[in-house]
Amino acid sequence: MTSETPATLEEDTAPGGEASSGIGGYLLGLGLAAGLTWLSFAIADGNIVWGPGVPAALLAFAVAQMGVHLVFFLHITTGPEHTNNVLALVFGILIVALVLGGSLWIMSHLNLMMPDQMRMDGGF
Amino acid sequence: MSAATTAAVHSGSDPYKIGHSDEQASQSTGHGEGGPASKRVVVGFGFWIFLLSDIVMFAAFFAAYAVLASATAGGPGPRQLFDLRNVQIETACLLLSSFSCGLATIAAERRHRVTTQVWLIVTGLLGACFLGLELREFSTMIGEGAGPQRSGFLSAFFALVGCHGVHVTAGLLWLGTMMAQLWFKGFKPHVLRRLLCFSLFWHALDIIWVALFTVVYILGVRP
Repeated sequence: MTSETPATLEEDTAPGGEASSGIGGYLLGLGLAAGLTWLSFAIADGNIVWGPGVPAALLAFAVAQMGVHLVFFLHITTGPEHTNNVLALVFGILIVALVLGGSLWIMSHLNLMMPDQMRMDGGF
Repeated sequence: MSAATTAAVHSGSDPYKIGHSDEQASQSTGHGEGGPASKRVVVGFGFWIFLLSDIVMFAAFFAAYAVLASATAGGPGPRQLFDLRNVQIETACLLLSSFSCGLATIAAERRHRVTTQVWLIVTGLLGACFLGLELREFSTMIGEGAGPQRSGFLSAFFALVGCHGVHVTAGLLWLGTMMAQLWFKGFKPHVLRRLLCFSLFWHALDIIWVALFTVVYILGVRP
């Protein structure tokens, strides 16, 4: 029976599994990450990108660079053998979003409701 | 229906066996085609779960920092304290050390003993450079009276960046242990699994640093 099993079946793979792309993948990842880092520092002074848009651009670059690290260094891909790893990652992102978003949302409201002398800007 | 036809029908509807719906698979242990996953896969997945929980912990520190970032209590703020040139060098050190860690992984897969050790040493030296620069920044700040006790902003800053620094320190100790094990035990399967976990840890630290230099440093000194 085992001899008739279809060849399409892939084994589960761990993160950082066999570097199928070899050194080329790491080089590409290094190049992309260095480029994104350089862009982040270059737009920081607001001369290249419209001032108020800088935080959004920085956020986009940071998320893109984290994606580059995940794909090229940790070898987390969307392939079928990575289903478990990606599911765990998605759950982690959900918790991170809840912790960050929830804290900022609640604390900013709390801060707004405070009498002036107890506000956090300049306080503590 | 013969086994071959069953397999063909199933591979048509679910070619990647996402649902593991194959009849033969459900009879074997661990629901996988070839039985339970290999130890390497299980160890890697378990460590991946740990890394994600570590990232969740960092998210809590990030949330604390974001909430307290404006609570300077009349003390120095990010713009007076942070030196972006220093942060750029730190970032370069950590990124290059992540890359050389990847090269060490490749060398280990090819069972090149000396090459692996050389790239691991490079990884460690770049990591030590990063740590040295960070400690110098901390001591300068504390010397200027901007220690963690000065304001809520500085408490959150030292907690967040210091936590990352502690992780890098632990990573360096682990790196030294791995080099010794590779040297004396050689490429044994369990040593290779530990090396895999170390490389995942090291790459994950770089991911956290990306969030750190963006949120704390670049957004902090922005005019």
